[in-house]
Amino acid sequence: MTDLSLSNKAIAGKTAPPSEARALRLPTQWLGVAPFFIFAVMFLILPTLYLMLGAFQNEAGEFTLENIAALSEPNIVAAYWISIKVSLASALIGAFAGLAIAIAIVRGGLPDWIRSATLTFSGVASNFAGVPLAFAFLATLGRLGLATVLLNALFGLNIYAHGFNILSFWGLTLTYVYFQIPLMVVIIVPAIDGLKKEWGEAAATLGATTAQYWRMVVIPVIWPSFLGTVILLFANAFGAIATAYALTGSSLNIVPILLYAQIRGDVLHNAHLGYAIAFGMIVITGLANVFYIWFRTRSERWLK
Amino acid sequence: MKSGRFWAWVVFILGAAYFFIPLIATVEFSMRMRRGAYSFDAYQIVLGDARFQATFMYSVVAAIFTIILGVLVVVPAAYWIRLRLPQIRPVVEFITLLPLVIPAIVIVFGYIRMYGSNSPLPFLANDTATNALLVIGYATLSLPYMYRAVDTGLRTIDVRTLTEAAQILGAGWSTIITRVILPNVLIAVLSGAFLTFAIVIGEFTMASLLNRPAFGPYLQNIGANRAYEPAALAIIAFAITWGCMSLIQILSRFAPKSANRPN
Repeated sequence: MTDLSLSNKAIAGKTAPPSEARALRLPTQWLGVAPFFIFAVMFLILPTLYLMLGAFQNEAGEFTLENIAALSEPNIVAAYWISIKVSLASALIGAFAGLAIAIAIVRGGLPDWIRSATLTFSGVASNFAGVPLAFAFLATLGRLGLATVLLNALFGLNIYAHGFNILSFWGLTLTYVYFQIPLMVVIIVPAIDGLKKEWGEAAATLGATTAQYWRMVVIPVIWPSFLGTVILLFANAFGAIATAYALTGSSLNIVPILLYAQIRGDVLHNAHLGYAIAFGMIVITGLANVFYIWFRTRSERWLK
Repeated sequence: MKSGRFWAWVVFILGAAYFFIPLIATVEFSMRMRRGAYSFDAYQIVLGDARFQATFMYSVVAAIFTIILGVLVVVPAAYWIRLRLPQIRPVVEFITLLPLVIPAIVIVFGYIRMYGSNSPLPFLANDTATNALLVIGYATLSLPYMYRAVDTGLRTIDVRTLTEAAQILGAGWSTIITRVILPNVLIAVLSGAFLTFAIVIGEFTMASLLNRPAFGPYLQNIGANRAYEPAALAIIAFAITWGCMSLIQILSRFAPKSANRPN
Protein backbone atom coordinates (compact mmCIF):
# COMPACT_ATOMS: atom_id res chain seq x y z
CA MET A 1 0.00 0.00 0.00
CA THR A 2 2.62 2.52 0.96
CA ASP A 3 4.60 1.65 -2.10
CA LEU A 4 1.72 2.48 -4.39
CA SER A 5 1.50 6.02 -3.11
CA LEU A 6 5.03 6.88 -4.16
CA SER A 7 4.25 8.88 -7.27
CA ASN A 8 1.46 10.78 -5.54
CA LYS A 9 3.82 11.76 -2.80
CA ALA A 10 6.47 12.77 -5.24
CA ILE A 11 4.01 14.96 -7.06
CA ALA A 12 2.64 16.35 -3.82
CA GLY A 13 6.19 17.13 -2.75
CA LYS A 14 6.76 19.14 -5.88
CA THR A 15 3.79 21.46 -5.39
CA ALA A 16 3.11 22.79 -1.92
CA PRO A 17 4.15 20.28 0.70
CA PRO A 18 2.24 20.53 3.95
CA SER A 19 4.88 21.01 6.58
CA GLU A 20 3.52 18.12 8.63
CA ALA A 21 3.83 15.57 5.84
CA ARG A 22 7.33 16.75 5.09
CA ALA A 23 8.43 16.31 8.67
CA LEU A 24 7.05 12.78 8.68
CA ARG A 25 8.67 11.87 5.40
CA LEU A 26 12.15 13.15 6.06
CA PRO A 27 13.67 10.15 7.86
CA THR A 28 12.73 7.67 5.11
CA GLN A 29 13.85 10.17 2.49
CA TRP A 30 17.36 10.07 3.89
CA LEU A 31 17.46 6.33 4.52
CA GLY A 32 18.55 5.57 0.94
CA VAL A 33 21.62 7.80 1.11
CA ALA A 34 22.40 7.03 4.75
CA PRO A 35 24.97 4.25 4.04
CA PHE A 36 26.82 6.55 1.68
CA PHE A 37 26.95 9.44 4.14
CA ILE A 38 27.87 7.24 7.10
CA PHE A 39 30.66 5.70 5.02
CA ALA A 40 31.93 9.06 3.79
CA VAL A 41 31.87 10.66 7.22
CA MET A 42 33.50 7.75 9.03
CA PHE A 43 36.19 6.87 6.54
CA LEU A 44 36.87 10.02 4.60
CA ILE A 45 35.82 13.16 6.41
CA LEU A 46 36.43 12.34 10.09
CA PRO A 47 39.92 10.85 9.63
CA THR A 48 40.93 13.90 7.61
CA LEU A 49 39.45 16.32 10.13
CA TYR A 50 41.16 14.37 12.91
CA LEU A 51 44.55 15.01 11.30
CA MET A 52 43.74 18.64 10.53
CA LEU A 53 42.75 19.29 14.13
CA GLY A 54 45.74 17.32 15.37
CA ALA A 55 47.99 19.67 13.41
CA PHE A 56 46.88 22.44 15.78
CA GLN A 57 47.31 20.49 19.02
CA ASN A 58 50.30 19.53 21.12
CA GLU A 59 50.83 16.17 22.84
CA ALA A 60 48.64 17.29 25.75
CA GLY A 61 45.78 18.16 23.41
CA GLU A 62 46.07 21.93 23.83
CA PHE A 63 45.77 24.36 20.95
CA THR A 64 49.09 25.37 19.46
CA LEU A 65 50.60 26.75 16.27
CA GLU A 66 53.99 25.19 16.99
CA ASN A 67 53.46 22.24 14.64
CA ILE A 68 52.60 24.52 11.75
CA ALA A 69 55.58 26.71 12.62
CA ALA A 70 57.79 23.61 12.71
CA LEU A 71 56.99 23.03 9.04
CA SER A 72 59.61 25.71 8.38
CA GLU A 73 62.40 23.32 9.43
CA PRO A 74 64.88 23.15 6.55
CA ASN A 75 64.41 19.46 5.72
CA ILE A 76 60.61 19.79 5.66
CA VAL A 77 60.72 22.94 3.53
CA ALA A 78 63.13 21.14 1.21
CA ALA A 79 60.74 18.19 0.96
CA TYR A 80 57.78 20.44 0.08
CA TRP A 81 59.89 22.36 -2.38
CA ILE A 82 61.11 19.32 -4.30
CA SER A 83 57.60 17.82 -4.27
CA ILE A 84 56.17 21.02 -5.72
CA LYS A 85 58.93 21.20 -8.32
CA VAL A 86 58.50 17.57 -9.44
CA SER A 87 54.70 17.88 -9.53
CA LEU A 88 54.77 21.18 -11.40
CA ALA A 89 57.42 20.07 -13.91
CA SER A 90 55.71 16.76 -14.63
CA ALA A 91 52.31 18.47 -14.86
CA LEU A 92 53.56 21.11 -17.32
CA ILE A 93 55.55 18.70 -19.50
CA GLY A 94 52.70 16.19 -19.38
CA ALA A 95 50.16 18.87 -20.24
CA PHE A 96 51.97 20.34 -23.23
CA ALA A 97 53.01 16.97 -24.62
CA GLY A 98 49.52 15.60 -24.01
CA LEU A 99 47.95 18.63 -25.72
CA ALA A 100 50.25 18.24 -28.72
CA ILE A 101 49.39 14.55 -29.04
CA ALA A 102 45.67 15.26 -28.61
CA ILE A 103 45.72 17.94 -31.33
CA ALA A 104 47.74 15.65 -33.58
CA ILE A 105 45.29 12.76 -33.32
CA VAL A 106 42.10 14.85 -33.46
CA ARG A 107 43.03 17.59 -35.95
CA GLY A 108 46.22 16.33 -37.57
CA GLY A 109 44.60 14.33 -40.35
CA LEU A 110 46.09 11.07 -39.11
CA PRO A 111 44.28 7.81 -39.89
CA ASP A 112 41.30 7.01 -37.67
CA TRP A 113 42.77 3.91 -36.10
CA ILE A 114 45.59 6.02 -34.62
CA ARG A 115 43.08 8.09 -32.71
CA SER A 116 41.27 5.13 -31.18
CA ALA A 117 44.51 3.23 -30.51
CA THR A 118 45.99 6.28 -28.78
CA LEU A 119 42.91 6.77 -26.64
CA THR A 120 42.85 3.11 -25.62
CA PHE A 121 46.54 3.17 -24.80
CA SER A 122 46.10 6.41 -22.84
CA GLY A 123 43.41 4.76 -20.71
CA VAL A 124 45.84 1.99 -19.85
CA ALA A 125 48.95 4.12 -19.35
CA SER A 126 47.19 6.69 -17.17
CA ASN A 127 46.40 3.83 -14.79
CA PHE A 128 49.81 2.24 -15.07
CA ALA A 129 51.40 3.98 -12.12
CA GLY A 130 52.83 2.94 -8.83
CA VAL A 131 55.57 0.39 -8.24
CA PRO A 132 55.58 -1.34 -11.66
CA LEU A 133 56.09 1.97 -13.45
CA ALA A 134 59.22 2.52 -11.40
CA PHE A 135 60.48 -0.93 -12.45
CA ALA A 136 59.87 -0.10 -16.10
CA PHE A 137 61.91 3.09 -15.88
CA LEU A 138 64.71 1.39 -13.98
CA ALA A 139 64.87 -1.14 -16.81
CA THR A 140 64.96 1.71 -19.33
CA LEU A 141 67.06 4.49 -17.83
CA GLY A 142 68.72 2.79 -14.88
CA ARG A 143 72.46 2.23 -14.99
CA LEU A 144 71.95 -1.04 -16.89
CA GLY A 145 68.73 0.02 -18.62
CA LEU A 146 68.20 -0.54 -22.32
CA ALA A 147 68.13 3.14 -23.27
CA THR A 148 71.23 3.88 -21.18
CA VAL A 149 73.17 0.99 -22.69
CA LEU A 150 72.03 1.69 -26.27
CA LEU A 151 72.82 5.40 -26.07
CA ASN A 152 76.30 4.50 -24.87
CA ALA A 153 76.86 1.77 -27.47
CA LEU A 154 75.41 3.60 -30.49
CA PHE A 155 76.30 7.22 -29.85
CA GLY A 156 78.97 6.92 -27.18
CA LEU A 157 76.76 9.01 -24.94
CA ASN A 158 77.06 7.99 -21.32
CA ILE A 159 74.16 9.84 -19.75
CA TYR A 160 75.27 8.94 -16.23
CA ALA A 161 78.66 10.54 -16.88
CA HIS A 162 76.75 13.67 -17.91
CA GLY A 163 75.05 13.89 -14.55
CA PHE A 164 71.78 12.14 -15.31
CA ASN A 165 70.46 9.84 -12.63
CA ILE A 166 67.11 8.06 -12.58
CA LEU A 167 67.11 8.60 -8.79
CA SER A 168 66.99 12.36 -9.17
CA PHE A 169 64.60 15.22 -9.80
CA TRP A 170 64.67 14.75 -13.58
CA GLY A 171 64.52 10.98 -13.33
CA LEU A 172 61.40 11.15 -11.20
CA THR A 173 59.83 13.86 -13.38
CA LEU A 174 60.44 11.86 -16.55
CA THR A 175 58.83 8.84 -14.89
CA TYR A 176 55.77 10.76 -13.69
CA VAL A 177 55.27 12.13 -17.21
CA TYR A 178 54.46 8.56 -18.26
CA PHE A 179 51.08 8.73 -16.51
CA GLN A 180 50.64 12.51 -16.82
CA ILE A 181 50.61 12.67 -20.64
CA PRO A 182 47.93 9.97 -21.08
CA LEU A 183 45.78 11.57 -18.40
CA MET A 184 46.02 14.88 -20.27
CA VAL A 185 45.11 13.17 -23.56
CA VAL A 186 42.08 11.43 -22.02
CA ILE A 187 40.76 14.68 -20.50
CA ILE A 188 41.60 17.16 -23.28
CA VAL A 189 40.47 15.19 -26.36
CA PRO A 190 36.77 15.79 -25.59
CA ALA A 191 37.57 19.52 -25.24
CA ILE A 192 39.20 19.59 -28.67
CA ASP A 193 36.31 17.56 -30.09
CA GLY A 194 34.05 20.26 -28.67
CA LEU A 195 35.52 22.86 -31.01
CA LYS A 196 32.72 23.31 -33.49
CA LYS A 197 33.43 23.12 -37.20
CA GLU A 198 31.26 26.21 -37.68
CA TRP A 199 33.73 28.31 -35.71
CA GLY A 200 36.50 27.43 -38.14
CA GLU A 201 34.22 28.16 -41.11
CA ALA A 202 33.05 31.42 -39.56
CA ALA A 203 36.64 32.49 -38.96
CA ALA A 204 37.58 31.59 -42.52
CA THR A 205 34.59 33.50 -43.89
CA LEU A 206 35.70 36.57 -41.98
CA GLY A 207 39.11 36.24 -43.59
CA ALA A 208 41.07 34.81 -40.68
CA THR A 209 44.32 33.00 -41.36
CA THR A 210 44.95 29.61 -39.74
CA ALA A 211 47.23 31.26 -37.21
CA GLN A 212 44.55 33.82 -36.33
CA TYR A 213 41.95 31.09 -36.00
CA TRP A 214 44.17 29.26 -33.51
CA ARG A 215 45.19 32.35 -31.60
CA MET A 216 41.76 33.98 -31.37
CA VAL A 217 39.36 31.01 -31.31
CA VAL A 218 40.96 27.69 -30.44
CA ILE A 219 43.33 28.72 -27.69
CA PRO A 220 40.84 30.91 -25.77
CA VAL A 221 38.26 28.08 -25.86
CA ILE A 222 40.66 25.32 -24.81
CA TRP A 223 42.59 27.47 -22.30
CA PRO A 224 40.37 26.97 -19.23
CA SER A 225 40.15 23.19 -19.56
CA PHE A 226 43.87 23.10 -20.29
CA LEU A 227 44.76 25.07 -17.15
CA GLY A 228 42.26 23.05 -15.12
CA THR A 229 43.86 19.82 -16.25
CA VAL A 230 47.36 21.11 -15.47
CA ILE A 231 46.19 21.64 -11.90
CA LEU A 232 44.64 18.18 -11.77
CA LEU A 233 47.91 16.67 -12.99
CA PHE A 234 49.76 18.66 -10.34
CA ALA A 235 47.59 17.31 -7.53
CA ASN A 236 47.85 13.84 -9.05
CA ALA A 237 51.64 13.89 -8.87
CA PHE A 238 51.79 15.66 -5.52
CA GLY A 239 50.04 12.90 -3.59
CA ALA A 240 51.74 10.00 -5.39
CA ILE A 241 54.23 8.00 -3.40
CA ALA A 242 54.51 4.42 -4.65
CA THR A 243 56.42 5.23 -7.86
CA ALA A 244 58.87 7.52 -6.11
CA TYR A 245 59.40 5.14 -3.21
CA ALA A 246 60.04 2.14 -5.47
CA LEU A 247 62.30 4.22 -7.71
CA THR A 248 64.43 6.05 -5.22
CA GLY A 249 63.84 4.41 -1.86
CA SER A 250 64.16 7.32 0.50
CA SER A 251 67.03 8.99 -1.32
CA LEU A 252 64.75 11.62 -2.87
CA ASN A 253 63.05 13.37 0.01
CA ILE A 254 59.61 14.32 -1.36
CA VAL A 255 56.77 15.12 1.07
CA PRO A 256 54.80 11.86 0.74
CA ILE A 257 57.97 9.85 1.41
CA LEU A 258 58.77 12.03 4.42
CA LEU A 259 55.23 11.47 5.74
CA TYR A 260 55.53 7.74 5.01
CA ALA A 261 58.73 7.52 7.05
CA GLN A 262 57.10 9.55 9.83
CA ILE A 263 54.08 7.22 10.00
CA ARG A 264 56.29 4.12 10.01
CA GLY A 265 58.77 5.27 12.59
CA ASP A 266 58.15 8.76 13.92
CA VAL A 267 61.41 9.96 12.33
CA LEU A 268 60.57 13.55 13.25
CA HIS A 269 60.15 12.63 16.93
CA ASN A 270 56.90 14.53 17.18
CA ALA A 271 53.63 12.78 16.27
CA HIS A 272 51.80 16.05 15.78
CA LEU A 273 54.39 17.30 13.31
CA GLY A 274 53.24 14.42 11.11
CA TYR A 275 49.71 15.82 11.33
CA ALA A 276 51.04 19.20 10.28
CA ILE A 277 52.75 17.70 7.22
CA ALA A 278 49.51 15.95 6.26
CA PHE A 279 47.67 19.24 6.80
CA GLY A 280 50.12 21.00 4.50
CA MET A 281 49.53 18.39 1.78
CA ILE A 282 45.76 18.79 2.04
CA VAL A 283 46.08 22.57 1.85
CA ILE A 284 48.17 22.36 -1.33
CA THR A 285 46.04 19.77 -3.15
CA GLY A 286 42.89 21.45 -1.84
CA LEU A 287 43.91 24.86 -3.21
CA ALA A 288 44.84 23.21 -6.50
CA ASN A 289 41.37 21.68 -6.73
CA VAL A 290 39.61 24.94 -5.93
CA PHE A 291 41.32 26.39 -8.99
CA TYR A 292 40.49 23.25 -10.96
CA ILE A 293 36.76 23.56 -10.21
CA TRP A 294 36.89 27.25 -11.07
CA PHE A 295 38.51 26.61 -14.45
CA ARG A 296 36.21 23.67 -15.08
CA THR A 297 33.06 25.76 -14.70
CA ARG A 298 34.55 28.34 -17.05
CA SER A 299 35.38 25.75 -19.70
CA GLU A 300 31.95 24.11 -19.53
CA ARG A 301 30.38 27.29 -20.84
CA TRP A 302 31.85 26.57 -24.27
CA LEU A 303 31.69 22.84 -24.44
CA LYS A 304 27.95 22.26 -24.19
CA MET B 1 47.50 21.45 -44.43
CA LYS B 2 50.32 19.25 -45.77
CA SER B 3 52.78 20.56 -43.20
CA GLY B 4 50.11 20.18 -40.50
CA ARG B 5 49.89 16.49 -41.22
CA PHE B 6 53.67 16.22 -41.22
CA TRP B 7 53.88 17.75 -37.74
CA ALA B 8 51.05 15.54 -36.52
CA TRP B 9 53.08 12.50 -37.56
CA VAL B 10 56.20 13.87 -35.88
CA VAL B 11 54.32 14.46 -32.60
CA PHE B 12 52.65 11.08 -32.76
CA ILE B 13 55.89 9.21 -33.47
CA LEU B 14 57.77 11.04 -30.69
CA GLY B 15 54.95 10.24 -28.27
CA ALA B 16 54.83 6.62 -29.36
CA ALA B 17 58.59 6.37 -28.86
CA TYR B 18 58.38 7.76 -25.34
CA PHE B 19 55.63 5.30 -24.43
CA PHE B 20 56.94 2.20 -26.16
CA ILE B 21 60.66 2.40 -25.40
CA PRO B 22 60.16 1.79 -21.65
CA LEU B 23 57.85 -1.15 -22.41
CA ILE B 24 60.32 -2.68 -24.87
CA ALA B 25 63.19 -2.04 -22.47
CA THR B 26 61.30 -3.70 -19.64
CA VAL B 27 60.45 -6.75 -21.74
CA GLU B 28 64.06 -6.98 -22.87
CA PHE B 29 65.39 -6.57 -19.33
CA SER B 30 63.00 -9.15 -17.92
CA MET B 31 64.36 -11.74 -20.38
CA ARG B 32 68.04 -11.10 -19.68
CA MET B 33 68.25 -13.27 -16.57
CA ARG B 34 70.07 -16.18 -18.17
CA ARG B 35 73.53 -15.09 -19.29
CA GLY B 36 74.03 -14.82 -23.04
CA ALA B 37 70.51 -15.81 -24.09
CA TYR B 38 66.99 -14.48 -23.81
CA SER B 39 64.77 -16.59 -21.59
CA PHE B 40 61.61 -16.48 -19.54
CA ASP B 41 63.47 -17.50 -16.38
CA ALA B 42 62.49 -14.36 -14.50
CA TYR B 43 58.81 -15.01 -15.24
CA GLN B 44 59.12 -18.63 -14.15
CA ILE B 45 60.76 -17.64 -10.89
CA VAL B 46 58.18 -14.92 -10.22
CA LEU B 47 55.15 -17.03 -11.06
CA GLY B 48 56.51 -19.96 -9.08
CA ASP B 49 57.21 -17.84 -6.01
CA ALA B 50 54.85 -18.81 -3.20
CA ARG B 51 54.79 -15.23 -1.92
CA PHE B 52 53.79 -13.97 -5.36
CA GLN B 53 50.83 -16.34 -5.40
CA ALA B 54 49.83 -15.56 -1.82
CA THR B 55 50.07 -11.77 -2.12
CA PHE B 56 48.44 -11.72 -5.54
CA MET B 57 45.51 -13.79 -4.29
CA TYR B 58 45.26 -11.56 -1.24
CA SER B 59 44.97 -8.48 -3.46
CA VAL B 60 42.48 -10.15 -5.79
CA VAL B 61 40.25 -11.01 -2.83
CA ALA B 62 40.69 -7.49 -1.42
CA ALA B 63 39.72 -6.07 -4.82
CA ILE B 64 36.58 -8.22 -4.99
CA PHE B 65 35.48 -7.15 -1.51
CA THR B 66 36.28 -3.54 -2.42
CA ILE B 67 34.03 -3.78 -5.47
CA ILE B 68 31.18 -5.32 -3.43
CA LEU B 69 31.50 -2.65 -0.74
CA GLY B 70 31.72 0.08 -3.36
CA VAL B 71 28.55 -1.15 -5.09
CA LEU B 72 26.68 -1.40 -1.77
CA VAL B 73 27.63 2.14 -0.82
CA VAL B 74 27.31 3.83 -4.20
CA VAL B 75 24.40 2.21 -6.05
CA PRO B 76 21.63 2.88 -3.48
CA ALA B 77 22.87 6.44 -2.95
CA ALA B 78 23.16 7.27 -6.66
CA TYR B 79 19.74 5.71 -7.31
CA TRP B 80 18.08 7.52 -4.45
CA ILE B 81 19.55 10.85 -5.49
CA ARG B 82 18.19 10.42 -9.02
CA LEU B 83 14.79 9.39 -7.70
CA ARG B 84 14.11 11.54 -4.68
CA LEU B 85 16.93 13.85 -3.64
CA PRO B 86 18.33 15.60 -6.71
CA GLN B 87 18.93 18.67 -4.53
CA ILE B 88 21.79 16.99 -2.64
CA ARG B 89 23.60 15.89 -5.82
CA PRO B 90 26.23 18.69 -5.63
CA VAL B 91 27.10 17.70 -2.05
CA VAL B 92 27.49 14.04 -2.96
CA GLU B 93 29.52 14.83 -6.07
CA PHE B 94 31.79 17.00 -3.98
CA ILE B 95 32.29 14.19 -1.45
CA THR B 96 33.03 11.64 -4.16
CA LEU B 97 35.73 13.95 -5.53
CA LEU B 98 37.46 14.28 -2.14
CA PRO B 99 39.60 11.14 -2.55
CA LEU B 100 41.22 12.87 -5.53
CA VAL B 101 41.97 15.89 -3.34
CA ILE B 102 43.13 14.10 -0.19
CA PRO B 103 46.17 11.93 -0.94
CA ALA B 104 45.80 8.24 -0.07
CA ILE B 105 48.68 8.46 2.36
CA VAL B 106 46.83 11.15 4.34
CA ILE B 107 43.62 9.10 4.45
CA VAL B 108 45.39 6.01 5.74
CA PHE B 109 47.35 8.12 8.25
CA GLY B 110 44.00 9.32 9.56
CA TYR B 111 42.76 5.71 9.85
CA ILE B 112 45.84 4.65 11.78
CA ARG B 113 45.42 7.49 14.25
CA MET B 114 41.63 7.30 14.56
CA TYR B 115 41.05 3.55 14.61
CA GLY B 116 44.10 2.46 16.62
CA SER B 117 43.95 -0.39 19.13
CA ASN B 118 42.70 1.76 22.01
CA SER B 119 40.11 3.77 20.12
CA PRO B 120 36.36 3.09 20.37
CA LEU B 121 36.48 1.38 16.97
CA PRO B 122 39.74 -0.61 17.12
CA PHE B 123 40.17 -1.61 13.47
CA LEU B 124 43.86 -2.20 14.01
CA ALA B 125 43.36 -4.58 16.94
CA ASN B 126 43.32 -7.79 14.90
CA ASP B 127 44.04 -9.04 11.40
CA THR B 128 40.44 -9.48 10.24
CA ALA B 129 39.51 -5.97 11.26
CA THR B 130 42.64 -4.53 9.62
CA ASN B 131 41.82 -6.42 6.42
CA ALA B 132 38.36 -4.86 6.60
CA LEU B 133 39.93 -1.42 7.09
CA LEU B 134 42.11 -1.96 4.01
CA VAL B 135 39.03 -2.85 1.94
CA ILE B 136 37.28 0.24 3.30
CA GLY B 137 40.29 2.36 2.37
CA TYR B 138 40.30 0.92 -1.15
CA ALA B 139 36.57 1.56 -1.47
CA THR B 140 37.28 5.18 -0.54
CA LEU B 141 39.97 5.44 -3.21
CA SER B 142 37.63 4.02 -5.85
CA LEU B 143 34.69 6.21 -4.81
CA PRO B 144 35.22 8.86 -7.55
CA TYR B 145 35.36 6.26 -10.32
CA MET B 146 32.59 4.05 -9.00
CA TYR B 147 30.17 6.93 -8.42
CA ARG B 148 30.80 8.45 -11.84
CA ALA B 149 30.37 5.10 -13.58
CA VAL B 150 27.11 4.27 -11.79
CA ASP B 151 25.71 7.78 -12.18
CA THR B 152 26.43 7.73 -15.91
CA GLY B 153 24.67 4.37 -16.13
CA LEU B 154 21.62 5.67 -14.26
CA ARG B 155 21.43 8.69 -16.54
CA THR B 156 20.68 6.47 -19.53
CA ILE B 157 17.67 4.73 -17.95
CA ASP B 158 14.37 6.19 -16.79
CA VAL B 159 14.77 5.56 -13.09
CA ARG B 160 11.40 6.99 -12.07
CA THR B 161 9.31 5.05 -14.58
CA LEU B 162 11.10 1.78 -13.88
CA THR B 163 10.65 2.25 -10.15
CA GLU B 164 6.97 3.05 -10.40
CA ALA B 165 6.34 0.17 -12.78
CA ALA B 166 8.04 -2.18 -10.35
CA GLN B 167 6.04 -0.78 -7.46
CA ILE B 168 2.78 -1.22 -9.31
CA LEU B 169 3.74 -4.87 -9.78
CA GLY B 170 4.21 -5.08 -6.00
CA ALA B 171 7.99 -5.01 -5.70
CA GLY B 172 9.63 -3.84 -2.48
CA TRP B 173 12.72 -1.62 -2.29
CA SER B 174 15.25 -4.43 -2.16
CA THR B 175 13.62 -6.15 -5.15
CA ILE B 176 13.59 -2.90 -7.09
CA ILE B 177 17.29 -2.27 -6.52
CA THR B 178 18.56 -5.81 -7.02
CA ARG B 179 16.22 -6.98 -9.81
CA VAL B 180 15.28 -3.82 -11.70
CA ILE B 181 17.89 -1.09 -11.24
CA LEU B 182 21.06 -3.15 -10.85
CA PRO B 183 20.59 -5.27 -14.02
CA ASN B 184 19.97 -2.08 -15.98
CA VAL B 185 23.17 -0.40 -14.80
CA LEU B 186 25.19 -3.62 -14.69
CA ILE B 187 27.46 -2.58 -17.55
CA ALA B 188 28.25 0.71 -15.83
CA VAL B 189 28.83 -1.03 -12.50
CA LEU B 190 31.16 -3.51 -14.19
CA SER B 191 33.23 -0.74 -15.81
CA GLY B 192 33.57 0.86 -12.40
CA ALA B 193 34.48 -2.55 -10.99
CA PHE B 194 37.27 -3.21 -13.48
CA LEU B 195 38.71 0.25 -12.97
CA THR B 196 38.62 -0.38 -9.23
CA PHE B 197 40.37 -3.70 -9.79
CA ALA B 198 43.13 -2.04 -11.82
CA ILE B 199 43.67 0.57 -9.10
CA VAL B 200 43.54 -1.80 -6.14
CA ILE B 201 45.57 -4.75 -7.42
CA GLY B 202 48.99 -3.12 -7.12
CA GLU B 203 48.16 -0.45 -4.53
CA PHE B 204 51.15 0.15 -2.28
CA THR B 205 50.62 2.98 0.20
CA MET B 206 47.61 1.80 2.19
CA ALA B 207 48.57 -1.89 2.19
CA SER B 208 52.09 -1.09 3.30
CA LEU B 209 51.11 1.30 6.09
CA LEU B 210 48.46 -1.11 7.39
CA ASN B 211 51.03 -3.93 7.22
CA ARG B 212 48.92 -6.13 4.96
CA PRO B 213 50.53 -8.93 2.89
CA ALA B 214 49.25 -7.44 -0.38
CA PHE B 215 50.68 -7.44 -3.90
CA GLY B 216 51.88 -3.81 -3.83
CA PRO B 217 54.24 -4.19 -0.86
CA TYR B 218 55.45 -7.49 -2.34
CA LEU B 219 56.31 -5.70 -5.60
CA GLN B 220 58.20 -3.03 -3.70
CA ASN B 221 60.07 -5.65 -1.70
CA ILE B 222 61.12 -7.56 -4.84
CA GLY B 223 62.16 -4.29 -6.45
CA ALA B 224 64.47 -3.50 -3.56
CA ASN B 225 66.10 -6.95 -3.52
CA ARG B 226 66.16 -8.45 -7.02
CA ALA B 227 67.40 -7.44 -10.45
CA TYR B 228 65.37 -9.08 -13.23
CA GLU B 229 62.20 -10.19 -11.49
CA PRO B 230 60.90 -6.61 -11.04
CA ALA B 231 60.92 -6.13 -14.81
CA ALA B 232 58.93 -9.33 -15.26
CA LEU B 233 56.48 -8.14 -12.60
CA ALA B 234 56.13 -4.77 -14.32
CA ILE B 235 55.15 -6.53 -17.55
CA ILE B 236 52.64 -8.72 -15.68
CA ALA B 237 51.18 -5.63 -13.98
CA PHE B 238 50.95 -3.82 -17.30
CA ALA B 239 49.14 -6.81 -18.79
CA ILE B 240 46.64 -6.79 -15.91
CA THR B 241 45.95 -3.06 -16.34
CA TRP B 242 45.60 -3.58 -20.09
CA GLY B 243 43.18 -6.46 -19.50
CA CYS B 244 40.98 -4.39 -17.18
CA MET B 245 40.86 -1.45 -19.60
CA SER B 246 40.08 -3.70 -22.57
CA LEU B 247 37.20 -5.28 -20.65
CA ILE B 248 35.83 -1.80 -19.92
CA GLN B 249 36.06 -0.92 -23.63
CA ILE B 250 34.37 -4.15 -24.68
CA LEU B 251 31.63 -3.59 -22.09
CA SER B 252 31.06 -0.01 -23.21
CA ARG B 253 30.17 -1.33 -26.67
CA PHE B 254 27.27 -3.21 -25.11
CA ALA B 255 26.17 -0.32 -22.93
CA PRO B 256 23.90 1.76 -25.20
CA LYS B 257 21.99 -1.27 -26.48
CA SER B 258 20.98 -2.50 -23.05
CA ALA B 259 20.45 0.97 -21.65
CA ASN B 260 18.12 2.49 -24.25
CA ARG B 261 15.86 -0.51 -24.41
CA PRO B 262 12.48 0.51 -25.78
CA ASN B 263 9.45 0.08 -23.58
